[in-house]
Amino acid sequence: MMEVGLAGPLLQVEDIHKSFGELEVLKGVDMTLDRGHKTAIVGPSGCGKSTMLRCINYMERPTSGHIHLDGELFGETRSGDRYTPMNEKELARQRAHVGMVFQGFYLWPHLNARDNVAIGPMKVRGLGKAEANELAEAMLEKVHMSHKIDEFPERLSGGQQQRVAIARALAQQPKLMLFDEPTSALDPELIGEVLNVILELAEEGRSMVLVTHEIRFAREVADHVIFLHDGVIVEEGPPKQVIDKPQHERLRAFLRQIVEH
Amino acid sequence: MIEDFKGFLAVYVENWSDWGPQIYEAVWVTIQLTIASFSLALVLGLLLALGKLSRIGFLRGFCTAYIEVARGIPALAILFLLYFGLVPLGIVFDAFTAGAIGLGMSAAGYIAEVFRAGIQAIHKGQREAALAVGMTPLMTFRYIILPQAIRIILPPMLNMAIILLKDTSICSLISTDELMLRAKDLAMMSFLPMHLFLLAGAIYFCLSWPLSLITRRVETMMQRGRRQTFGG
Repeated sequence: MMEVGLAGPLLQVEDIHKSFGELEVLKGVDMTLDRGHKTAIVGPSGCGKSTMLRCINYMERPTSGHIHLDGELFGETRSGDRYTPMNEKELARQRAHVGMVFQGFYLWPHLNARDNVAIGPMKVRGLGKAEANELAEAMLEKVHMSHKIDEFPERLSGGQQQRVAIARALAQQPKLMLFDEPTSALDPELIGEVLNVILELAEEGRSMVLVTHEIRFAREVADHVIFLHDGVIVEEGPPKQVIDKPQHERLRAFLRQIVEH
Repeated sequence: MIEDFKGFLAVYVENWSDWGPQIYEAVWVTIQLTIASFSLALVLGLLLALGKLSRIGFLRGFCTAYIEVARGIPALAILFLLYFGLVPLGIVFDAFTAGAIGLGMSAAGYIAEVFRAGIQAIHKGQREAALAVGMTPLMTFRYIILPQAIRIILPPMLNMAIILLKDTSICSLISTDELMLRAKDLAMMSFLPMHLFLLAGAIYFCLSWPLSLITRRVETMMQRGRRQTFGG
């Protein structure tokens, strides 16, 4: 474990820009996350919120700007003023500290629930099979999926798949959890079970960044809300302020639209 | 009619002590040739597919070109080139080696495309999820992408094996001492071409039929679900 950054914030996002060809999706965003804190990123479709999240663990390489995790420069190495992209192996080592939950779950269909969770710790951290299985069982219990431990993804509902995916990320024993619209692909009646699990994790004091459409949930789980519009942060602050007393017209319009839904 | 047929079969019985050992030996060469060329084609095909999917422009260009050329030239032309064409350069292969390499190089073009299609059929989220847990691209390919791709690839790959098994017969034209060449030689010596080519055909069929059965079996297993496929 790195002790280096314990004094500073867990995550620092500095002036991130991201373009896809001509299209500039992120136009300079900053954020800071302290240990144990939870930030929700909200905004209309196409505002860049998923891209921002994906830049944090370099699933997308930012066009410019820098990420620091736990005091360590992420995805790049620096000598003097020069930043060089990390090689894939180094990047993998850093990514192992960041758990990510995707909108589309992406469980591996050729592995059962236990192996989906256990394979990462086995291959990435070199845990033995018994130890990895034990870890997987503990993580699956955390997401209330112990009863489906031998099932393959195709036999699980969307909500169950997403809970296994959360267990898979937890098994990394990550410093930070990223959730990319974790309930957007779910049938309405399955959303609750996933949100409950995320809420339980939040209450454990885990650090997380969450992209979501569920405004009410964001208010409940997050201590900081970022409203992103057209690739810039338009408004941010505690949920009570941002969601209940929005200042900007665009944010008000966005919230009205969500409520009407 | 029935008497004719009996007479026809009697010829085999009569000649079997002569043909049998020779045919047996030649069948073994055919099997070895199939295994050798298929193994080469698998390894080469996988590398070509990875090259074609690579982000490195030069590698992608080379592999794409190889695949196109390999698919556009008759295997026989490659065999002739390897066996006769390289002699002036002082490169001399024996007929078996030239056959195995030539067929393998030719089939690799098709097999590369089978691999590529299988790999590309895997959703990119599968790869991202693996990278997100901290796997390197190599681990991701080995533990996440390939096991899924193989399920898609296996039936067309077995099909390729069947085609290759039958294509080994063209190695007779560079004098590889396999089933077809031996059947032809025996036919010419005995003046019994119908007997010998029927026999050769029957043997090819007996070798490829089980592969067809396995292919069909594998396809049904795929449809039944993933778990039964490899015992999960």
